[in-house]
Amino acid sequence: MFPITQQGYYGEFGGAYIPEMLYPNIEELQKNYLSIIESDDFQKEFRRLLRDYVGRPTPLYYATRLSEHMGFHIYLKREDLCHTGAHKINNTIGQILLAKRLGKKRIVAETGAGQHGVATATVCALMGMECIVFMGELDTKRQKPNVDRMRMLGAKVIPATSGSKTLKDATNEAMRFWINNPVDTHYIIGSVVGPHPYPDMVARFHAVISEEIAQQLQSSVGRSEPDYVLACVGGGSNAAGAFYHFYQNSKTKLIGLEAGGHGIHSGMTAATIAVGRVGVLHGSKSLVIQTEDGQVIEPHSISAGLDYPGIGPLHAWLAKSGAASYFPITDEEAMRAGLLCTRLEGIIPAIETAHALAYLPKLNAQSHEIAVVNLSGRGDKDLTTYINYFEEKNML
Amino acid sequence: MNRIDQAFQQKKNILNIYFTAGFPSLNDTTRIIRLLEQSGGVDMIEIGIPYSDPVADGPTIQESNQRAIKNGMTLKKLFEQLSDLRSYCALPIILMGYINPVMQYGIEKFLQKCTEIGIDGTILPDLPFQEFLDDYKALYQKYGIYNIFLISPQTSEERLRKIDTASEGFIYMVSSNSITGAKQKQTEEQIKYFQRIANMNLRNPRLIGFGISNRTTFENACKYAHGAIIGSAFIQLLSKHQDNLEEAIPAFIKEIRG
Repeated sequence: MFPITQQGYYGEFGGAYIPEMLYPNIEELQKNYLSIIESDDFQKEFRRLLRDYVGRPTPLYYATRLSEHMGFHIYLKREDLCHTGAHKINNTIGQILLAKRLGKKRIVAETGAGQHGVATATVCALMGMECIVFMGELDTKRQKPNVDRMRMLGAKVIPATSGSKTLKDATNEAMRFWINNPVDTHYIIGSVVGPHPYPDMVARFHAVISEEIAQQLQSSVGRSEPDYVLACVGGGSNAAGAFYHFYQNSKTKLIGLEAGGHGIHSGMTAATIAVGRVGVLHGSKSLVIQTEDGQVIEPHSISAGLDYPGIGPLHAWLAKSGAASYFPITDEEAMRAGLLCTRLEGIIPAIETAHALAYLPKLNAQSHEIAVVNLSGRGDKDLTTYINYFEEKNML
Repeated sequence: MNRIDQAFQQKKNILNIYFTAGFPSLNDTTRIIRLLEQSGGVDMIEIGIPYSDPVADGPTIQESNQRAIKNGMTLKKLFEQLSDLRSYCALPIILMGYINPVMQYGIEKFLQKCTEIGIDGTILPDLPFQEFLDDYKALYQKYGIYNIFLISPQTSEERLRKIDTASEGFIYMVSSNSITGAKQKQTEEQIKYFQRIANMNLRNPRLIGFGISNRTTFENACKYAHGAIIGSAFIQLLSKHQDNLEEAIPAFIKEIRG
C-alpha cells in the first residue's frame, strides 16, 4: 500500500481542493471510508461480488508466443475478462457498497470512453440505484456503443457541453451536479484522481489486482514477486491496483506507460508526467498539463481512456520519489503493439492497454526475468479506431 | 483600514457586483469598474480571474470565463490593466478565482501585486480552509490582504464558528446547495437558512451570493445579511448589451437599488 497522510497527501501531492459546498460530503467520506471498507461485513459482500459477479480472480495467463517473441517471460493479468470488459468494475462495486452504507439514493459519475460509465451503470442496475453519467458531448458521438450500453442499463447519460466537451468537462459537470445535490447523491469517481479520500479509496478497491498477481505467480512459479509490472496510466487506476502490493519491494520494478500521443513535444499528448507541471485539477494537487498561466490544456491520445490532462497524485509522487518509472508511448507504438498482441495471442486489447504492451520491446529484460502486463481492458470498443487506423496504413 | 471593513462600517445593504475580467472584450475590465463606481449604487466589486475549469460556476460564468480566456486574459494581463486602479476607483476590490492560476503565478508574488495595486481581498473557492490556515495565512497577513471564505447550507455549526473566527472582511454565504446562476426568487428553505445564520451572532458581516439576480432577491437577502453579491445576472447583462455598457450598467444598478 501507498503511504498517505491524514490530510490525504502523498508527499506534496493530493489533498482536497474543493469548494466549501462539497466539504460536508468529502468530510463524510474522509471520516468513514476506512472503517466501512475495512469492516468484515463490507469485505464479505465486496469479495463475494468480485468472485460471483465480476468473475474474479481473473487469470494470470502465461503468454507463450509473446514471450518467445520478446525473449523473456510475459504474463498477462486478464482484467479484460472482468464483467463489462475492464478493471473499472472493481472500483464501482466497492464504491456503490460504500454509497449504500452511507444511505445515498443516487449515483453520479463521469466517463471518457464510457468504460467507467458502463461499470457504474452496471452496479447501479445491480443495486437498484438511480444513475446519472456525464460524458463529454464529443465522446458521446465517438463512443456511441457505450452510450447505448449505459442507456440499456437504465442510466441517464447527460452530454457535457461545457469547455472542450470531453472527459475533463464531464468531470467538472459531475462535480457541479454533486454540488447541486449534496445530500442524497454519491459521486463515483472513475480513477485515482479527485479530492482525498478518492485516490486512496479507488486504489484500495483495485488492489485486488496485485494481490491476485502475487498469489497466482507464487502458485505457478514459486515466487510472488515479478521482475516488472507494466500498466498504462491515464488517471492511473489500473496501474495503482497493479502496483499496490509490489510497492517498496526491491525486486519488482514498477513501470507506468502514459499516452504520448503524437510525441511529447508535439503539443498533441496526454503524457502528464512527461509534460505536466504541479497544479490543482478536480480536487487534488498533482501534475497537470497546463499553460504557463494555469489554464488546463485539452490533451490528445488515440485512446479516449488515457485522454486526461491530470494524473492521480499517488503517481505524481511515485514518479517524483523514483519508486516507479513512467514512459510515454506514442499512438503509433500503441496501435502496433495492440495488433501484435492480437496476432500472437488472440487477445484484442483496449488501446489504453496496448500502451503498456508497447513498452515490452524497450524493457531490455533478461531471458529468465518475468514481466507482468496488466491487461486492463478488452478492445471491442476500439475496433473502429483500430480498423480505420490499420486500413489507412495498409496493415490489414 | 482595509476598504472592505470601511464599507461595512459606513454602509448598509452592501451591493457587491461580480464580473469576469476580460469579458465581453479583453479591455473592458477597467471600463466596467469605472461604470460600476460612477453608478453610485455599488459598494464593492468582485473581479473574476478566468479559469478553464470553474467547477463552482454555472453556465453563464463558465461561458464568460471561456470567452475571457479566448480574448487573451491572464492574471498577468489583469494586473497590468489594474495598475492605476486607485487613481479612479475608491471602492473595495476583491479578486475571485480558482487556485490553479494563482498557484502558477506564485502566491507571494500574487499577494505582493495585490497590495501594490490596492486589491483588498480574494475569494478562492477551491482553496481549502485548513490549507489556507496552514500555508497561506501568514503571507496574507504580511501583505494585508483578506481572504474571504464561503459557507453553504450544509456547513456545520462547528465549522461555521471556526470559519467565523478565522475570517476577515466578511463571510460569503452561498444561498443554496448550488453552483452559481441567476434565480428569480428564494425558497422558504433558503429563508430558513438565512435566518438560522443571522441568529448565530457571527463576528463577521455576511454577504449572500449565488442566485441573487434582481431587486426582489437582493432586498430579500438584505433582510437577513449585510448585503448581497450579484454575478451571473450581471454577466448576462454585459453579454446582451456589450455595445452599450454606458447605459446598460447604470440602468441595471438603478433597477436593483430602486
